[in-house]
Order: sequence, then structure tokens, then C-alpha cells
Amino acid sequence: MSEFLSVKDLSVYYGVIQSLKGVSFHVDKGEIVALIGANGAGKTTTLHTLSGLIQADKGEIVYKDQNITTIPGHKIVNLGMAQVPEGRRVFAEMTVLQNLKMGAYTRKDKAEMDETLKTIYQRFPRLEERKSQLAGTLSGGEQQMLAMGRALMSHPEIILLDEPSMGLSPIFVNEIFDIIEKINKDGVTVLLVEQNAKKALSIANRAYVLETGKIVKEGIASELLDDETIKKAYLGE
Amino acid sequence: MSFLTYLISGLSLGSIYAIIALGYTMVYGIAKMLNFAHGDFIMVGCYIIFSVTASLGGNPLLGILVAVVLCTILGITTEFVAYRPLRGAASPLAVLITAIGVSYFLENVALLIFGADIKSFSSVISWEGLSFAGGQLRIQGVTIVTILISVLVLVVLQLFIKKTKQGQAMLAVAEDKGAATLMGIDVNKTIMLTFAIGSALAAIAGALLCSAYPSLSPYTGAMPGIKAFVAAVLGGIGSIPGAMIGGLVLGIVEILSKTYISSQLSDAIVFGILVIVLLVKPTGILGKKIQEKV
Repeated sequence: MSEFLSVKDLSVYYGVIQSLKGVSFHVDKGEIVALIGANGAGKTTTLHTLSGLIQADKGEIVYKDQNITTIPGHKIVNLGMAQVPEGRRVFAEMTVLQNLKMGAYTRKDKAEMDETLKTIYQRFPRLEERKSQLAGTLSGGEQQMLAMGRALMSHPEIILLDEPSMGLSPIFVNEIFDIIEKINKDGVTVLLVEQNAKKALSIANRAYVLETGKIVKEGIASELLDDETIKKAYLGE
Repeated sequence: MSFLTYLISGLSLGSIYAIIALGYTMVYGIAKMLNFAHGDFIMVGCYIIFSVTASLGGNPLLGILVAVVLCTILGITTEFVAYRPLRGAASPLAVLITAIGVSYFLENVALLIFGADIKSFSSVISWEGLSFAGGQLRIQGVTIVTILISVLVLVVLQLFIKKTKQGQAMLAVAEDKGAATLMGIDVNKTIMLTFAIGSALAAIAGALLCSAYPSLSPYTGAMPGIKAFVAAVLGGIGSIPGAMIGGLVLGIVEILSKTYISSQLSDAIVFGILVIVLLVKPTGILGKKIQEKV
């Protein structure tokens, strides 16, 4: 059987700067895979290229046996791949409910959509409490929940999470990581990009370490947690 | 009574500015560009109506319909040919300068086809209007129709944006193109739709403008275009109700200052007000504070 999502030799240039230098990795169905690395390592670029916001200059992205490398960004979500972008990027001028509905933009069946909305409200009760509030007035943690709920509204098979813990208080960080595990248990594959390597490795099955546009290490997450060089560089031990 | 007459005629002129300003403000809000050729779409609309009615003897309503359709096509084509390739250009000035180029292009094409002489435009609205208080207060048909149409346009546009999926997509694109793409929204298509709506509105504004001020030249659209831009900025560029308020304020101020102060100075007063408003509230009447993204 072929892999669920596989990225081969991906290269991306920003002008003259090469921000991805032949990145290859794969994600199997049902996994949580973490992509860790410092600022500027190319983590966000990788996710943006997967979602079609940036076009790859070289390499190949194969998702569910389909080459999606050149598919335009707005058609990706319909293939079952949703992204929660860095900085959450909720639509601040829209209400919580309108934001969630935007997440289901490409879905046609209203009854199914309402069903999804119900499950999202169950997972994030706070979003239901605040459904008519403008998204811009929510706290950072609530915005993160909204951004995740919005991505889940498309009923994805795989969700790409970009720095979900950024700028959140420790309590919210724990809550968000709990939610990521629950989402995964419900059958959604997760590709997680994080600077908080410790947290990411603690919930992931496997992980890749990205350094200046290259994968420098990969392995089982729990083993990487014990890896001396990883400890030094990313876990602050 | 005469004050009331002037006020209403200011309201009518303001309604025209408002319809033009809506096009400006929507394109700015969603595509983040100033389409300085927008005023010239009005002129194109007027010449189309003129050609259909005066030259071909067609019905005025047919003329407006043809103008709306052709201006919409022109708007979409302009966006596709001239503006889209520059989206994402290093400097936002590139597309601004192109818009000015499109403006000159349209004016000169009109000059080539129709000549520089002023054509007299016969009003597309033949209704005499209403008379109140024993004939002391007369309101022309074109004035009433103009005000009604602008109210209708505003209501329909607000409903479209609030209630339809495409309308919501426009709001999403206006706020964050990248996030909108992640939702599955085709940003290019949404911007194209915005240009289509803006250009159709310009054609309608053209019909109303030339009915109220029935002289037509290749430069007919230039001044109303600039004033509508002022109206959009005054109301808060990017805001639809702002464009409406800005347009009405501008129209009323222009007519009242023409009447009571000086017809030569009226434009100076209009632009003076813009300067004062921008000094006091740089984002315009309904404009929101622009927050720099961290």
C-alpha cells in the first residue's frame, strides 16, 4: 500500500533564498507526525506548500495516490486536507459562527454540515457560548480553538497544525494538546509543526527535525525525546 | 422651500457619488488596490447608452442594460489583463500606475471613437417628477429615481454580502487572502466578481449622472470619479456604509456651497472638507483603525 501523504525532495525558493532544500517525509494514515525545528527552519513553508499557498519549485507531494504538487490552494481543502495556520488567522471581523461556516465553504450538504458543527461545539463548548461574538474579541486560546474548529468544519482526513501553542498560556497549551490527541483518536491524521518540541514529541508517533530547509533527523517521537543532540538543541536540557 | 430643493438635489448628486464610491471601496477593500480607472467606466457606460439610444434609436432601458453588461465585461477584462498579473508585484505602486494608464487608455479610445466634442445626452428618465405645496417644491423625476436606485443598490449589496456565500467569501478575502484560500475560496474569482459588481455599478451611475447632467465627453467620468474616491476615503475606504455616507455628504456639501457660497469655490470646499476630516480622523468617518499585523 502506498503512503497516505508523501513529500519527496521538496524545494522552495523565496526570491534567491532557498527556504526548502529537498525535504522528504511521509505521514501514514492515523498518525500524529511532528515537524520540529527552530525559527526559519522552513516548517511553515512546508505546510504552506502542502496547502498550495506556495508553489514548489522542485519535488513532489503525493496525497492519497494523487499528485497534488501543482493543485491551486483553494482546491486542496476539498481533497480532505485542512490547515490551521500560524497565528491562527481567524476572520476577526466575522462572528465565531461565521468563521466556522467559512471552514465549511466547499461543503454542499447543509445537514451534514450542521452535524459537524454540533460535534465541534461539543469539543469546544466555549465556541458555542461565544458563537455570535466577533472573532477578533476572543482571547488567544479561544482564537486557536476557533481556528481548529474552523479547519475541522471541512471534515478533513488530515489536519496541518502550524504552531498551535504559540503565544498561549501554559494551561491553554495543555488544553490544546489534549484536543489534538482527541481529534487524532477520532480518526484525523495530524501533521504538527511546533517550536515547543517537548510538547510536540510527547503526543506524536514520529517526528522529523528540520534545520535550515533540510530534514536532519527523523524517528520515533519517544526515542527523539531521549536523543542527546535533540535534548541539547530543542529541549533545553 | 428653496433650501429644501437644494438639499434634495444635493442628496441626488450625493447618491450618484455614493454608487460610484461603492465600486471604489469594494475593489479597495477586497483587492487592496485603488482602481483609478473606475471613473472612466462611468464615461464608457454613458457612451454605450448614448450609442444605443441616440445612434441606434433603442429604448433607454435597453441602453442601460447593454451598458451594464458591457461595463461588467470591460471590468473583468481590465482586471484580468492589466491588474491580475501585477498582483503580488514588489510594489503596490505598479498596479496604481497601471490603473492610471487604463484611465488614459479608456479616455483616449473614447476620444478616438466619439471625438472631443460634447454630446448632449437625452435623459433616460422621462418622468416629470413630483410637485408639492402647490408647486412651490418641485422635485424632478431623475432626482427621485436616483435617490431610490442608490438606496436599492445599497440594500441589495448589503444583503448580498451578509446573506450569500459569495458575499461572505468577499469578506474573507478582504480580511486575509491566505486564510480564505485555506477555506477553499478562489481568491482570483472573488476579486473578479468584485470588479464585475463595481463596473456594473459604474454603468448605473453613468446612466444617472448623464441624465442629471446631460453633457457627455471623454472626460465626463474623471471628475465624478475623483470625487467618489474622496467620498470613499471620507466615509472610510473599504466600508460600504461609509461610501454611502461619504457620497451623500459630498453631494450635499457641493450643491449647498455652489448655491450659498460660490460655484467656483465649491470643489475647493469639497476637497477642503476631505483634508479636515483626514486630519481629525485619518481612517474616515466609518473607517476602522488599521492594525499592523505582528
